[in-house]
Amino acid sequence: MSVLSVRDLRITYHTTAGGVPAVRGVDLEIDRGEVVGLAGESGCGKSTIAAAILRLLPAKTRIEGEISLNGEDVLEMKPGHLRTVRWTGASIIFQGAMHALNPVKRVGDQIAEAITTHHQAGEREALVRVGQLLEQVGLPPRRIADYPHELSGGQKQRVMIAMALACNPNLIIADEPTTALDVMVQAQVLALLKELQRELGLAMLFITHDLSVLVEVSDRLAIMYAGQIVEDGPAQDVFYRPAHPYTKALAGAFPEIGDQRFRRKPSGLGGDPPDPQRIPSGCPFHPRCPVAFDSCPTVEPRLFASGEGRRAACLLVEGALTGVRKDES
Amino acid sequence: MGTRTYVLKKAVQALLTLFAVVVFNFFLFRVLPSDPIDLLTRGAGLRLSPADKAELRHEYGLDKPVFPGQFVSYVEDTARLDLGTSIILDQGRKVRSLFAEYAIPTLILVGSSTVFSLILGVLMGIYGGWRRGRKFDMFSMGFSLVLYSMPEFWLGMLLILLFSTTLGWFPSSGRATLGVDYTGFHHFTDIINHLFLPALTLTLAYLGEYYLIMRSSLLDVLGEDYITTARAKGVREKWVLRRHAVRNALLPTITLIALSFGFVLGGAITVEFVFGYKGLGGLTYEALRSQDLPVLQGIFFIASAAVIFANLVSDLIYGHFDPRVRNA
Amino acid sequence: MALKPPIAPSGEPRRAASGVPEEPLGPISSPRRIAWVRRRRALGRFWSEYRHNKMGIAGIGILLFFVGMALFATFVANPQSVDPSYVSGPVRHAPTLRFPLGTDNFGISVLSLIVAGSKISLLVGLTASVITMLIGAVVGIVAGYRGGAVDTLLMRITDFGLVLPWLALAIVLASIMGPSLTTIILVIGLTSWPGTARLVRAQVLSIRERPYIERSRALGAGDGHMIIHHVLPNAMPVILANAVLVVAIAILSETSLSFLGLGDPLTVSWGSIIENAFAGGATTLGAWWWIVAPGVCIVLVVMSFTFIGFALDEIINPRLRER
Repeated sequence: MSVLSVRDLRITYHTTAGGVPAVRGVDLEIDRGEVVGLAGESGCGKSTIAAAILRLLPAKTRIEGEISLNGEDVLEMKPGHLRTVRWTGASIIFQGAMHALNPVKRVGDQIAEAITTHHQAGEREALVRVGQLLEQVGLPPRRIADYPHELSGGQKQRVMIAMALACNPNLIIADEPTTALDVMVQAQVLALLKELQRELGLAMLFITHDLSVLVEVSDRLAIMYAGQIVEDGPAQDVFYRPAHPYTKALAGAFPEIGDQRFRRKPSGLGGDPPDPQRIPSGCPFHPRCPVAFDSCPTVEPRLFASGEGRRAACLLVEGALTGVRKDES
Repeated sequence: MGTRTYVLKKAVQALLTLFAVVVFNFFLFRVLPSDPIDLLTRGAGLRLSPADKAELRHEYGLDKPVFPGQFVSYVEDTARLDLGTSIILDQGRKVRSLFAEYAIPTLILVGSSTVFSLILGVLMGIYGGWRRGRKFDMFSMGFSLVLYSMPEFWLGMLLILLFSTTLGWFPSSGRATLGVDYTGFHHFTDIINHLFLPALTLTLAYLGEYYLIMRSSLLDVLGEDYITTARAKGVREKWVLRRHAVRNALLPTITLIALSFGFVLGGAITVEFVFGYKGLGGLTYEALRSQDLPVLQGIFFIASAAVIFANLVSDLIYGHFDPRVRNA
Repeated sequence: MALKPPIAPSGEPRRAASGVPEEPLGPISSPRRIAWVRRRRALGRFWSEYRHNKMGIAGIGILLFFVGMALFATFVANPQSVDPSYVSGPVRHAPTLRFPLGTDNFGISVLSLIVAGSKISLLVGLTASVITMLIGAVVGIVAGYRGGAVDTLLMRITDFGLVLPWLALAIVLASIMGPSLTTIILVIGLTSWPGTARLVRAQVLSIRERPYIERSRALGAGDGHMIIHHVLPNAMPVILANAVLVVAIAILSETSLSFLGLGDPLTVSWGSIIENAFAGGATTLGAWWWIVAPGVCIVLVVMSFTFIGFALDEIINPRLRER
């Protein structure tokens, strides 16, 4: 049963400098209870997808394609209906809870707002439920009366998680939920998310640039570059046996403590992600690719089946599997 | 820290600043090497014999050593609200008695126009910022920019030209009609009649600025993450604005507006002069013309106290609405 | 790990983040030359952005017009055209072909008055702003950079300065110093610097947090070097944007002070024209041309500076742009 189904999503921002294509044809599918990880560097479009699912992008953004949430097309919804679906169908845990919470309102009121907005309870009952939610995420209920600045980074993130659970959504979109935290707290929050997901059978779209975090949490992984998915498949397979050169570089860039392989070969990825308004021709990754060859700047690779439930968008991978190198045609 | 500590802290700071103003005021006149007596009597154009000068010097306490003698008596006097004696405008009359007579009309004028321009400016700014780029915003932006670029007294003169000289709807000067003794309701409407144009001038003069400040503050806030969070939760736009955006946007706006209060007082001086309005502003001009330094010193003190008070009020309001400063 | 060669395996030159090949800087020259080339490029990029800002261009246009007027007043205009003993126009007359902006109480053409006044109004505004910016920037940089007791002391003084009602103070100071242009310039300069100081200090504080400051220190850079080569260039955009708005306020302030008679009674400024108009009863006699003309000039000039300031602000803070 599909909770989220994205088909050929194309998103172009509107700016004074012209259109900025942030997402250029993305397919994504998340089933009930499944955790899908979405990885990539900053600017690759992953946060854009997260915002698009609940239609939180700026008004003038052009969105094409299909986003289906619990069977309904989000892009076609009337504003009134959209508002009822927000948070009840899917909710978001934003990155940097430092700024995602209103600094002049108590956190309890902010969580309760989600409940009362959807008429799921009156004000007093809502606060009772808020207390329960706080306990669920490991915070003492008295924190209800605190203001955001009175909480630590990790505590604020827990509040965000509690808030995301408030209306019992099917899908939780976690947009870089651990990025701004230090390592120890990161581990705690991750553990919490894993436990909650298991306990409540939630579907999750976990977005981050840190692959090693994803491999712990996700069932499936998708890697994004320059607005497109360049590889996807079962999480363990993609992380430990990457097919696409970019995945290989990303996997190498995040050492896992204790993993022997990382001791001997430190590797990083040079260069910067491309400016969405000046995406390189052919394969967008070719300027930074260590194994790029002559066809790469001219031929755009499509997602090619590269194994059991796996796909990769790379001419080399395609060539190796079909035995045909594109430049030979 | 708690609210009480915060209020106390701010009040003490305000008093300290006021004291600094008193000190500053005292030394302003001792800055130049020339004889203070000459300075004081320059405007009167009097020719004084050395004996007269010595007498005046004694009367004003200027024969005591500057520090601590004169300074201490100055501070003591100010604390008792004795702001000196007028030497030219109204020979021998206590400055504070002059002020008592002229203060109320200014309070009415500045008070009413500030209230109107604040309410209008803030409301318009919220709407303009929320509906950024639409017709209302574009028109209000243009309107505000033009008003902001105008000297207040010039605006007053234009209004006189239009509404008084040309259309004859309002009197061009004064606080009340001379030579006639209205009572009760008539008196009231007569006052309003004379108050209207100067109040309109001051209201318009600062309306533009408040609009721009509020709008800018709201736009800043609308770009914050917690606004997106509120929308994501399914809250209606109207409530996002009221519950989340406006509250946060009002805070820096209040601070900025209080800081600009000094300019409002400056405007009051020139506008009262243009309208021949008998308030502290008009008095300032007269004192300036006749070089009545004690009166000017007193005005400077009162005006500074007013600005300090306005800032104290805004600090307290800010502290009430933003929990972060209370707990710092 | 081997350093990446400048050429990717496919043979194309390495592309910059924008995907567009960046012109090589040429043979490696001194760091100073590189810094200059970079600065020139940054200016070029800045101008190509500014060009598209309608407000900014309008502002510059209007400003150039009045600067031209002031230059004309300085080098070409005949001083006798505003001298009462030389003119013979009709007194307080509405605009005609010969006197496009009408005449004043002495029969002097208001247009000539406007032209003559442009010089003083612009000059005083600019000079006072220079004083404001110098004091404000120095105080702001020292306070922000040094921190600690120095910062606290300077900020107390600045906060004190912010609270003082400027016109009341100006009147008191002018009464002591006597009315003159110098008085006006000094008074405006001395009362406006706190706002700039606060802004500059905030900017310096945020610059101080940046990584290259720490790196520079680690390499042994001294305070002077840090301030001149790192803090100042990065604070410049904010300082300049603020400077423009300061000029706008300075011009308005000069107008008020001249109107109150605190300027040089012998020179013509737009404020003094309005003062004379008022004293000459223009309001009640309906001599609108005498009042409207100088005021419109003031409004236009102040708006032009404000436009430029807004345009600079938009470029420096991209979030203000349409998202």
